[in-house]
Amino acid sequence: MNGYALPFEKPVVELRNKLEELRKAGEGHEVDMVQEVERIQKKIRETQEKIYSNLTPWQQVQIARHPTRPYPKDYIDAISTDFTELHGDRLYADDRAIIGGIAQIDEQKVMFIATQKGRDTKSNLACNFGCPYPEGYRKALRLMKLAGKFGLPIVSLIDTPGAFPGMEGEERHVAEAIAVNLREMSVIPTPIVVVITGEGGSGGAIGIGVGDRLLIMEHAYYSVISPEGCAAILWKDRAYADKAAEALKITSRDLTQLGLVDEVIAEPLGGAHNEPEVAFDNLKTAILKNLSDLQSMNTDQLLQTRYEKIRAYGKFTE
Amino acid sequence: MAYIPFFGKKMNSSIAVKKRDMPDGLWLKCPSCAEIVFKREIDSGGSVCPKCDHHFRMARKDRIDLLIEPGSFVEWDEHMTSVDLLKFTANGSYASKLEANMKKTGYKDAVSCGRGNIAHHEVVFGVMDFSFLGASMGSVVGEKITRMIERGTDAGLPVVLSCASGGARMYEGLTSLMQMAKTSAALARHAQAKLPYIPILTNPTTAGVMASFATLGDVIIAEPDALIGFAGPRVIKETTQQDLPDGFQKSEFLLEHGLIDMIVHRHEMKKVVVQLLDHFMNARYAENKSAAGNEGAAEDEASAIDVPARESSESDR
Ligand SMILES: [Zn+2]
Repeated sequence: MNGYALPFEKPVVELRNKLEELRKAGEGHEVDMVQEVERIQKKIRETQEKIYSNLTPWQQVQIARHPTRPYPKDYIDAISTDFTELHGDRLYADDRAIIGGIAQIDEQKVMFIATQKGRDTKSNLACNFGCPYPEGYRKALRLMKLAGKFGLPIVSLIDTPGAFPGMEGEERHVAEAIAVNLREMSVIPTPIVVVITGEGGSGGAIGIGVGDRLLIMEHAYYSVISPEGCAAILWKDRAYADKAAEALKITSRDLTQLGLVDEVIAEPLGGAHNEPEVAFDNLKTAILKNLSDLQSMNTDQLLQTRYEKIRAYGKFTE
Repeated sequence: MAYIPFFGKKMNSSIAVKKRDMPDGLWLKCPSCAEIVFKREIDSGGSVCPKCDHHFRMARKDRIDLLIEPGSFVEWDEHMTSVDLLKFTANGSYASKLEANMKKTGYKDAVSCGRGNIAHHEVVFGVMDFSFLGASMGSVVGEKITRMIERGTDAGLPVVLSCASGGARMYEGLTSLMQMAKTSAALARHAQAKLPYIPILTNPTTAGVMASFATLGDVIIAEPDALIGFAGPRVIKETTQQDLPDGFQKSEFLLEHGLIDMIVHRHEMKKVVVQLLDHFMNARYAENKSAAGNEGAAEDEASAIDVPARESSESDR
């Protein structure tokens, strides 16, 4: 946890600072310190366990948006080698909010599709704060078709607040770009594993989010509308985002109970940003396991199973 | 930071309100040209202003009558009903909103689907109704449209769908978003069967419906002056602080920017749809005819039309 702390993370940060001070003060005469250090370390773990076992949905959203949380490209860099990025939609531009390319996870070659957020003003402006333009979806489709052609499984890593709601997006028909992806992803003849790693922002997420498996990181969320947007409509005030987050049932636990996600990928105590290496390992294991399951099917079975999966969404009476 | 605006139901509905406010009134002020118009003249003229051609919102039944031959429409799944799967409560529950909208409209949800004839073409046909929770797409809208497309695929029939929507139905949470994938996947199969799909975009068609079946037509038709877009104008303004030009996100704007194939006046709608179906189904009918010559397949054709009105509820999950 470097630099930034959420309000509910503060007790842990304070304990860590205390531990640091103690260690500094103790340099030279350690005998008495060992016990005290252990006591504080235990306290840190207990405090974390208490905080993280009782997170509200709104707190989960804040962890999903944590500025030091690993972003999709961090996962790609950590779990794969030889990432060869491919650029552009061959129509208009190279969107930086959705990137893609071929890489290798252990022995497994894959086509990565990934949203991208920035860490500072410059990189955030470059990738439009993680909000894709139509070009991003069209580039993703181009690369996914390439993957289908060459038999590469697709891994789609998603962490976006949503597609960018601007004039340019309307002029270049972001709705059509997303719709075409939804239709085509249902028939691309190669396994597709989708992972929501942070924010699953509505149409912007599902636009690269149709596949054979839908996984979600423990502290990620996936929603039809942002909690703020929902609050603005229903309570006429974005400040009610916490209530909206609760009502919309958007956490990994809620979505599991609703039967909408296939698997939750565990995060280290305190969230992925606390111990990124653990999160990387867990994601890698989950991807390889799911890809190996899917590769045991022939293409007809794969597409039929995918159709039935998509077909099953919905609850109603008649 | 920008957030995607699958807005719920708060679209401007001043027209509907005005109409409701004077149910017995003989006269109506057109919101477009401000002329006072004889109400009966509007009703008998396809809900179009006789002075300025403004297209008023049209009742579900009138939409069916506009395109489908009298007596030929057989509705499917009309009793399918939404469930409050999240127990969603905010200024009233979703359950109570559903109940109020059923009462208000006399329908169970925001879409009616079935099969019928448009001139000499048998089609599957659906109409979305903005007066039911802003024609937002939840499980029922998604399921009925998906079944309708699947039945079209199975029976070799074109799909014609009159669209309107404020977006996904957020009271159903992520399940409503998934309906976008479901309807689009069904259209992939319909397209693979080389069958035509013609969405007709009416005022307003936006957000999650635009980002799924509304924009996947072989030909996309829009009515004049309809609001058509992904993000709502208010959200775009708030996010970008840009002033939006006159006519932004209107049918004419979208024709100019290359999304839709044509803008069709309501009075011409049936003629145009029939023409398109003539073009697209020509090869298929010719094929059927030669097949009929070979194996006397009049019976085949009859069975192709015989889509079950109620399928087993295996998909009722
Ligand atoms: Zn008028």
